[in-house]
Amino acid sequence: MLSYILRRLLQVIPVFFGATLLIYFLVFAMPGDPILALFGDRTPNPALVEALREQYHLNDPFIVQYWYYITGVLQGDLGNTFSGRPVSAVLADTLPVTGRLAIMAIGIEFTLAIIVGTISGLRKGKLFDNTALVIALVAIAIPIFVLCFIAQYFLAIQWGWFKPTVGAENDWGGLWLPAIVLGFSLFAVSMRLMRSSVIDTLNQDWVRTAYSKGLPRGRVIPVHVLRNSLIPVITNSATNFGVLLVGATVTEGIFNVPGVGNTLFQAVQRGEGPTVVSFVTVFVILYVLVNLLIDLLYGLLDPRIRYV
Amino acid sequence: MKRNKIALAGTALFAIGALALAGCASGGGNNDGGNAGGEADADAIITTNGSEPENPLIPTNTNEVGGGKILDEIFAGLIYYDAEGKPVNDMAEEITTEDPQHLTVKLKEGQTFTNGEEVTADNFIKAWNEGAKASNKHLSSYFFEDIEGFSYDEDSELTGLEQVDDYTFTIALNKPASDFALRLGYSAFYPLPDVAFEDMAAFGENPVGNGPYKLDGEGAWQHDVQIDLVRNDDYDGGRKAANGGLTINFYATQEAAYADLLGGEVDVIDVIPAASLPTFQDELGDRAVNQPAAVFQSYTIGQFLPHFSGEEGILRRQALSMAIDRDQITEKIFSGTRTPASDFTSPVIDGWSDSVPGSDVLKYDPEKAKDLWAQADEISPWEGTFQIAYNSDGGHQEWVDAVTNQIKNNLGIDASGAPYPTFAVIREEINNRSIQTAARSGWQADYPGLYNFLGPLYATGAGSNDGDYTNPEFDAAIEAGISNPDPAAQLEDFTKAQEILFNDLPAIPLWYSNVTGGYSENVDNVTFGWNSVPLYYEITKAAK
Repeated sequence: MLSYILRRLLQVIPVFFGATLLIYFLVFAMPGDPILALFGDRTPNPALVEALREQYHLNDPFIVQYWYYITGVLQGDLGNTFSGRPVSAVLADTLPVTGRLAIMAIGIEFTLAIIVGTISGLRKGKLFDNTALVIALVAIAIPIFVLCFIAQYFLAIQWGWFKPTVGAENDWGGLWLPAIVLGFSLFAVSMRLMRSSVIDTLNQDWVRTAYSKGLPRGRVIPVHVLRNSLIPVITNSATNFGVLLVGATVTEGIFNVPGVGNTLFQAVQRGEGPTVVSFVTVFVILYVLVNLLIDLLYGLLDPRIRYV
Repeated sequence: MKRNKIALAGTALFAIGALALAGCASGGGNNDGGNAGGEADADAIITTNGSEPENPLIPTNTNEVGGGKILDEIFAGLIYYDAEGKPVNDMAEEITTEDPQHLTVKLKEGQTFTNGEEVTADNFIKAWNEGAKASNKHLSSYFFEDIEGFSYDEDSELTGLEQVDDYTFTIALNKPASDFALRLGYSAFYPLPDVAFEDMAAFGENPVGNGPYKLDGEGAWQHDVQIDLVRNDDYDGGRKAANGGLTINFYATQEAAYADLLGGEVDVIDVIPAASLPTFQDELGDRAVNQPAAVFQSYTIGQFLPHFSGEEGILRRQALSMAIDRDQITEKIFSGTRTPASDFTSPVIDGWSDSVPGSDVLKYDPEKAKDLWAQADEISPWEGTFQIAYNSDGGHQEWVDAVTNQIKNNLGIDASGAPYPTFAVIREEINNRSIQTAARSGWQADYPGLYNFLGPLYATGAGSNDGDYTNPEFDAAIEAGISNPDPAAQLEDFTKAQEILFNDLPAIPLWYSNVTGGYSENVDNVTFGWNSVPLYYEITKAAK
């Protein structure tokens, strides 16, 4: 198993170079001059523009710019934003915020999905199941930014249950509203998977055997049914993680969460190459690691799965 | 020019989303427009909106509103501008203009930075030299280009600055600029304490100023989140704070700031998102702010475009101007948050007038427009499509569509908008003159003076003369104005200059942007200054 983990981790290296090269190229290919944009409607003096372009290596060909970036990264320097702040410092400020938001959202998603999905599966075709189906359809059908605005307007502005935006209070307690919206938008698919998986499992031989041995329902459902039903939900959460990163960018904008999504959005606008590349690369690496973690989780749920 | 986020920010995605909110929002809202009442708490902290500064907080290297707003609160310059844009002495005891090229500045004695260091003439001279030095590449270095010794190409000392004694220095300019004294309230002219020069980068992170507020200790600037300012009790000028401090929350979107205002989480905001413009005055009642600002909007038609030079060009430009119903567009599209233009400057500037001779070309007159266009056709027949270029990330599409539609209907020609994806792209095209159409243009004043709206934009070869306009008569008129220290004569010259512009129309004036904003029920004495920023030091908050 250790060699499996090691092999998976080694895969990060080509992914890293591939991702940075590709993203750097995309940022490089982005039209427009970010230095001119720094001056608004005023046309700056050409000498000043030239000096600034020089400073950010903007006059060099793509591959040279990438070389500057990548050699910096290998020495632990992710480059600077246009404001002169190290990108690593920006990441250190914003990543924990988005991390908290993601953990809370996934927590809410899982809790909702497992509870609602299990009950739905156990009561197939009943009122609860049908209601849950309708709610799930709503959660899937409404775009996330609409959900955000509705939640912000009613839950925060009208009813005052939450603060409308997050801002400085970005600790665990302050992120409830965006986490609920994100979690809710993700829960539908997991819940439906959980439901059908529970229905499937209930028809398995070992469940029937368990019941015929005289085991009580309170033991059969949690131990034999739930544990075996979780695998498709966990698999789905790997895909969900990507959706979550995208969703977080929108959610962070609307709820003013000072996280990576928000910062990335502004960096793209300003055409800040190093910031964009570093952030997206971190996203990519996180995605790879989360997938590895999820693959390892299978083994805990189903010992028949082996890592070779 | 302080770059305006409103013009730049690409909030398209969020704007679409906000439409959904506007739908539900129109039902609710609070119309009492209540005021705080009760005793004002002199130590209350006021909260407001802002954006993460794009640069370290160094006055000469900040040219955008996010950082500019903070600098204006923590620094005090020689003068400041009151709500009407009139200059008032701040650090200066008196500024005397001997002739349009020579000024003498006398400082008040006993003014200090918040680290105890005294503010002397040297602090100004060193700070300005630092900002002007070519190799420092400060974004606002152009503010010093009129001072003797300035150079864009190599490091050189501002020889025009001379210290007389600790509290007096003289400024010699390399060309006449009789409004130079009026410019001195801009953030680029703030002084710096000696400690700044030890490590400029570290200073930019934790600046030490001399203004009405100071940073609330080390690390008061939480990047991307907020900055906490507290009252500086040592400041002894006209902007003494009537509150205990100012917390500026950084919002990535205008929608988030507005949501916080509606939720009562922020006291004053100076921006209303586009989607809420139709409803915000109903929602906020008399706590809504909507007044003209020092922002002039237009579209520029380059002299280099075919059919737009000489006699033919003038006829076409006038026709294009008279074919636009500015009242209708400002009302329908901007919900009354723009003021139709009546000159080339702004109503908040001293000397503005709505009756400059020749300004009738701004009146909507489709008949005359059609007639003028036909006259131009006799010189050389028009063919093709008339287009106005704009950046799609700045919320310009609606008005460009409306303007080109009116042109199409009233002149009977093909007209349409030409979208460019981002501000950076359109600036590049405009800058290297590869643009083949008219283009949207705008100007936010650096300081409240008429010249600032005319010289940089239309003088031959001027820095922001995007359309390559040139007219010796115009150049002579503004030259005469800027060389004449007598305000009345100056106004006469600038009016004459505008008269020439109204004939030539290098840019078609459209409207002045209003500042839109609002405040909560908790605060009183909210006034917005000439530069669209609230005068935070005047705001009071009721004791809880």
